[in-house]
Amino acid sequence: MINLLRSFGRVGIRRVKRLGRMGIFLFKSIAYSITPPWKGSLILKKIQFIGFQSLLVIFLTGLFTGMVLGYQGYISLSRFESEAFLGPMVGLSLVKELGPVITALMVTGRAGSAITAEIGIMRISEQIDAIKLMGLNPYRYLVVPSLIAAMICVPLLTAIFDTIGIFGGYLVGGKLLGLGAGIYFGEMIDYVDFSDVMEGIYKSLNFGFIISWVCTFKGYYTGYYTGFGAEGVSTSTTQAVVLSSVLVLVWDYFLTSVMF
Amino acid sequence: MIKIENLHKSFNGNHVLRGVNFSVKRGELIAVIGRSGYGKSVLLKHIAGLMKPDKGRIIIDGEDIKRLSHRKLLRFRNRLGYLFQSGALFDSMTVYENVAFPLREKTDLKEDEIRERVIRELEQVGLKGSEDKYPSQLSGGMIKRAALARELIWNPDIMLFDEPTTGLDPIISTTILDLIQSCHRRFNFTGIIVTHEVPKVFSIVDKVAMLHDGKIIFYGSSDEIMKSSNPIIQQFIEGNPEGPLPEFGSPPELLDIRRIKKRVFE
Repeated sequence: MINLLRSFGRVGIRRVKRLGRMGIFLFKSIAYSITPPWKGSLILKKIQFIGFQSLLVIFLTGLFTGMVLGYQGYISLSRFESEAFLGPMVGLSLVKELGPVITALMVTGRAGSAITAEIGIMRISEQIDAIKLMGLNPYRYLVVPSLIAAMICVPLLTAIFDTIGIFGGYLVGGKLLGLGAGIYFGEMIDYVDFSDVMEGIYKSLNFGFIISWVCTFKGYYTGYYTGFGAEGVSTSTTQAVVLSSVLVLVWDYFLTSVMF
Repeated sequence: MIKIENLHKSFNGNHVLRGVNFSVKRGELIAVIGRSGYGKSVLLKHIAGLMKPDKGRIIIDGEDIKRLSHRKLLRFRNRLGYLFQSGALFDSMTVYENVAFPLREKTDLKEDEIRERVIRELEQVGLKGSEDKYPSQLSGGMIKRAALARELIWNPDIMLFDEPTTGLDPIISTTILDLIQSCHRRFNFTGIIVTHEVPKVFSIVDKVAMLHDGKIIFYGSSDEIMKSSNPIIQQFIEGNPEGPLPEFGSPPELLDIRRIKKRVFE
């Protein structure tokens, strides 16, 4: 009985230590992000990697998400003879919920995993130690650029996702199923407010922060919670993607309940 | 200049360093030899300030580095060069960018001054023409030379070499050791080389320290170690599997290498 309690205690203490370490990492990341010096060229590189190179995947997922919404929405609304509300339905679903969440999940899978792997490999090949021993701060080179870039790119990608998705919804609802453009977009303008759009943008800012925090943390601590070597990097990458995705969905619920 | 006093370090019950004592004078180049996994790299990481001892002191120019504030530790690291076993080159940068990195980040030199120094340093280590190559395109010896150039470009007072010849063929190993010797003459840094390259390294260093069972069992000149009657030292230098040292040891460090690597995070 006592041994069982000891095991639970040990596991509990380990979890609390891990949370604490994540918290300290978060605090340091924020502190170094808001104080100079900033590495402008590294931030731009990360913006190019997270933002520009994600455009194609965001375009495709946005388009097909909008098209599916248009199709399903039209069929569902036609049961209540309310096809005219397809525009607001697609618009509100995308800008308030699907846009921020799906964009965040795509960025996690594409860019987040790569960031974790890159930092993890730097950890196991002692490149991070080399930066430290040069008297430089590894956070400013590895963590801060990703954090700032993610918070710039994820809202912008969300906006692109929403736009392409709305167009995708019109392609199906309007061109394929016969709903007029005037009705689709006219009703959307009436029912989708600027506040709805901003709600989605605030969410995407939060998600960008979560993705960069978790993915850089997992990469930075490769070898600590995972093995060293290639297996350690792959474990860190998997954990980063899973944890980021789950946190995005959980935090989405809390944000939605607060905003409503 | 560097004084290690009664250094102790344990990793979860494994007592790796058990009272290490030695000192290195300014401008000296010494070798630390010993069996694999017996704490040589751990000792080097303590001197670099990457690990903190459980007991004992590491005094560099009169200051105990365990007690240095964050700012003073950064200032100390500005005087330090560390050649990692793997080289630790930044793999997203070319050789030129790697060697220029410390100058770009830590000095106000103009780009053409940086270029001049980088090209000169690469020539000194025999890497002229390799400026635009990435680390993945380099051989093991070239990686070590590029890493050496990156460390020496800011004229460190102290240089630490963590197994600089491991994994290299005998000819390249000799080249690297000769390069270290010529750089030592050029810059007159205080250097510590952790190595298995015995007896080759004896010809380039001023003193040799042998680490065994967590303690320094010999500290003296290369001639003295070659003449030592200590059977452990003789067996190690000759590479003889028969003797007081077991053929396959159970070094304390290797018993839980993950815990040792974890300590470097702190």
